[in-house]
Amino acid sequence: MATINVLILVCLAYVVFLFAVAFAADRMAAAGRGKWLRSPVIYTLSLSIYCTAWTFYGAVGNAARSGLEFVTIYLGPTLVMVGWWWGLRKLVRVGRSQRVTSIADLLSSRYGKSNTLAVCVTILAVLGGTPYIALQLQSITLSFSIFAEADPSGLYREGSSVFWVAAGLAVFAILFGTRNLDVNERHHGVVTAIAVEAVVKLFALIAVGVFVVWGIAGGIGPMMDRIDASEIGQWNVDAGRWTTFIFLSAAAFICLPRMFQVMVVENDDEGHLRTAAWAFPLYLLFMSLFVVPIAVVGLDLLPQGANPDLFVLTVPLSQGNDWLAMLSFIGGFSSATSMVIVSAMALSTMVSNHVVMPIWLNTQEGTGSVSGDVRNIVLMARRVSIAAIIALGFFYYRLSGGGAALASIGLIAFAGISQILPALVGGLFWRRATRTGALVGLTVGFVLWIYTLLLPGMGGAWMPESVLQNGLFGLGWLRPHALFGIEGIDPMVHTVMWSLSLNTLAFCVASLLSFPSPLERLQGAQFVNVFDHSVAPRGWSGSVAQSEDLMIMTQRILGTGPTQEFFQAEAQKQGGRSHLPEPTPGFLNRLERELSGSVGAAMAHAMIGQIVGGSSVSVEDLLAVADESAQLLEYSGQLEEKSSELSRTARQLREANAKLTQISEQKDSFLSQVSHELRTPMTSIRAFSEIMRDTDGLSRQEQTRYAAIIHDEALRLTRLLDDLLDLSVLENGQVSLNLSDDSLRSVLDRAVPSALAGADRKITVRRTRTAERIFLHTDLDRLGQVFINLISNAQKYCDADDPVLVISAHDVGGRVIVDFIDNGSGIPPGARSMVFEKFARVGGDKAGGAGLGLAICREIMQRLGGEITYLPGQGGAAFRISLPQAYQQAAQ
Amino acid sequence: MSRKVLLIEDEPNIAEAIRFLLSREGWQVETHGDGTDAVQVIQGARPDLVILDVMLPGKNGMDILRELRKMEELAGLPVLMLTARGQSRDREMAENAGVSRFMTKPFSNAEVLTAVRDLHAQATRL
Amino acid sequence: MMSGEGNKTKPPGTRPSLFLERQSYRRHRLTDAARILPFLGAALLALPLLWPDPSGGDAAVPLSSAMYYIFLCWGALILAGFVFGLAARRMAAREGSDTGAE
Repeated sequence: MATINVLILVCLAYVVFLFAVAFAADRMAAAGRGKWLRSPVIYTLSLSIYCTAWTFYGAVGNAARSGLEFVTIYLGPTLVMVGWWWGLRKLVRVGRSQRVTSIADLLSSRYGKSNTLAVCVTILAVLGGTPYIALQLQSITLSFSIFAEADPSGLYREGSSVFWVAAGLAVFAILFGTRNLDVNERHHGVVTAIAVEAVVKLFALIAVGVFVVWGIAGGIGPMMDRIDASEIGQWNVDAGRWTTFIFLSAAAFICLPRMFQVMVVENDDEGHLRTAAWAFPLYLLFMSLFVVPIAVVGLDLLPQGANPDLFVLTVPLSQGNDWLAMLSFIGGFSSATSMVIVSAMALSTMVSNHVVMPIWLNTQEGTGSVSGDVRNIVLMARRVSIAAIIALGFFYYRLSGGGAALASIGLIAFAGISQILPALVGGLFWRRATRTGALVGLTVGFVLWIYTLLLPGMGGAWMPESVLQNGLFGLGWLRPHALFGIEGIDPMVHTVMWSLSLNTLAFCVASLLSFPSPLERLQGAQFVNVFDHSVAPRGWSGSVAQSEDLMIMTQRILGTGPTQEFFQAEAQKQGGRSHLPEPTPGFLNRLERELSGSVGAAMAHAMIGQIVGGSSVSVEDLLAVADESAQLLEYSGQLEEKSSELSRTARQLREANAKLTQISEQKDSFLSQVSHELRTPMTSIRAFSEIMRDTDGLSRQEQTRYAAIIHDEALRLTRLLDDLLDLSVLENGQVSLNLSDDSLRSVLDRAVPSALAGADRKITVRRTRTAERIFLHTDLDRLGQVFINLISNAQKYCDADDPVLVISAHDVGGRVIVDFIDNGSGIPPGARSMVFEKFARVGGDKAGGAGLGLAICREIMQRLGGEITYLPGQGGAAFRISLPQAYQQAAQ
Repeated sequence: MSRKVLLIEDEPNIAEAIRFLLSREGWQVETHGDGTDAVQVIQGARPDLVILDVMLPGKNGMDILRELRKMEELAGLPVLMLTARGQSRDREMAENAGVSRFMTKPFSNAEVLTAVRDLHAQATRL
Repeated sequence: MMSGEGNKTKPPGTRPSLFLERQSYRRHRLTDAARILPFLGAALLALPLLWPDPSGGDAAVPLSSAMYYIFLCWGALILAGFVFGLAARRMAAREGSDTGAE
């Protein structure tokens, strides 16, 4: 007996091999090598994710129970593929020309870019997809447990193994499914790995089949005899189920998100359909060829009550052929994993594009701008969605207990997802199909599906027995398994018949009654007449495009760095004569793909169309521009932000320019004022010194007086020069602060007498000394200079008969506020804004200052991390200084 | 014959120096330190000559000069303008406004006296 | 490719219209066949529904015969699809080279 440990080892090795394959394929695709990665064979094999573990194991089980009925699941897709000229060709063409990312995207795009519709489809797909993923996990566990039973020594725990399988699948899907920064890029790694898995599962099933037919039964003839002799040896298929299932599987084949992903999104070349049209049915034929023999032999050989779903494993095991069983296990494992990976990828695209991103963009309104990070957000949303979807499947599996309820979920999911069919087919072939129609039809079908199939299938907790027996609200015609009183139909057939027919009816009626928006009509025309409108993947003829414009636009969306990288790489690719690439069609297509990763496909298309101009702008592009309204709504906020940012920048530039002009004027006026202030005392000095030199007979008194004037004016000059120097030091920030600690009171104690010294008519200073007990850590000398300035200003300019200056101090949350308020007439309102400017003097009085005092005060306060303001409405002149109690470096 | 000069200057020390110089030359010197009502003061004082500072509180010397030149009776009054700003633009402006003589501070006393004498001589010759 | 070459070597004025007409006729015939294929398949696969129902007491069709029938139909469909695919490819290649030559 092969031990379970060997099995796990083989399994792990296989997984590592798959990772390696995916990695190598991605590398090759990135390097531009590996044309075979895009061959029709790979495409055909990738379609085989249709064959999940449910079909790998379940087909045999189904055959053991109902004979040939299992084959319907393969016949439906066969008919679809064979009839590709009708439907698939159009679907793929539309999908590629409209650059859709998922089936939800396709429907929303067809019906006027309705996100509501996309959300509906997404919900439907997740609802149907989650149990399906759970089913795959269950199949892996079941097959594990078969080996575990045979080998009790193995270390196998069901719960943890499922968890690790699920986690591994999530990692794989995230690694290879969201690796490309570009959303439209194909996932070569994943597709190639799936193709490998397709070969493995087919090989495994055929190997078991060959073993059964030639190894056990002894050839085709005896096998056929054995089949006829078995309990399922007669053609006994219910006509209703036969036709319904063929139809249902055909519908699901088109509508399943994972099928859409591999068939349309990952499609590299429409021509591949031609090959897949016969090759994929051939694959399906081989998949089902040995199902009946395996089932019959299993029924013969294995004891009554053995699970027929696992015959593929148990038949070789019972014959002691462990390695065949292991191969078969790997086949089943392949079926399960490939389905989960692609399903999670497809669903995550839908969830992130139609649910997460719109919400995120809404919350971002007005803050962000369109830049490279949008792409990262998209990717992150996808990664999280993948993990969430697989986790959802895992929890569903754990909660449902993996019982029989899961086994039936395959067909139930098929029936659910098929509700998309009317809207899809109608959208492709009927121009007057409307969004309302699609929504109504979808809702009707969806509700009927839940009511008649999903809820009854989930058991009593979800659907009480009374409803099942007597109908909703006791209305007999509402019985879930006998709508409108028509009884005796197989529940599956019943649901498919009613839900799809009523869905279609509702879709048609609502479409006829509603009126499509113009955008919907144009979009409808494009879909229905896709072959008249589009040339396969539309190329750009960019002879008139301006690379520079393109670059500017791209920078707005991707950000500067990535844009320059991209353009440089393209220019180099073209031979690198200039730093900008020529707008060749190839370059434009690549650029568009690059952009679509950030702003959505149609928008990127439209934006390039606008720049490339004339030759390529068709009705379609205009339509795209107009019809992007839905997406534009999402993104325009950010674009608006961007353009308002641009105009803000322009305004700032204008302001800066005006400021520069102003500064230059200020400089002129400053120089002229300095000149004036210097010349005025010098005039007096010169005049009186000449008088004293040239005039004979000056009286002693006159001489003294004139000498005093000269002395005063010389002092004035010195003061002015001191102030100017002080100011320039302060303004240039060269001043070094001399920090020390003391109380506000002692600073004022020193400042008041020195400000009042030498004044003939002293102003009365009133202080509240208790309030001044605030300790400061700052440059106390500079602060004192400010105080002195303010006090002597009051002393000089207060025009009251009995001048009084009130100094009051407060401590407001670590900030010290000191007010200096006198009882004079104050500063007239018009001059208040000017008082802190250099050489500003209110009125014309020339009381000895050069008009630099308050300017110096302002500079000092700024250095100290505080400010000085004029307080209006205090009666007299009132200045307030505020500064932090403790000077902080950062405050500078 | 008494010659009257009106000195409009807000810096008291400069005003005193000019008064000293001109009174020794036999001028009757009147001073005024504000620009606001300078035109009226000139009208009332009817001086033979006006010495006008540019930077005055209330009203700029240039504006005062322009107003004088608009008045018929004062259009020919000799005006000596003094400025501490000393930019060539100021000189142009003053000449456009109709100044008789323009001098920048600091000046030499001899210059002022010469200018006053010249202006007075021109005015009396007319 | 071959026809493209042949076209070029033909002297001008030798009624290419007939050839083109015939080609487009062939193409139409081909697409018609392709369109019929799925319906033919559906009809063939619906045929077993007419077989006698064993619950009605009639002699039942043995499962082996049913298998032979269904897999043969299936194979025939695949073969027809293959032939059609081949023809369509040749047609596309011919059209491509023709437009390329013009």
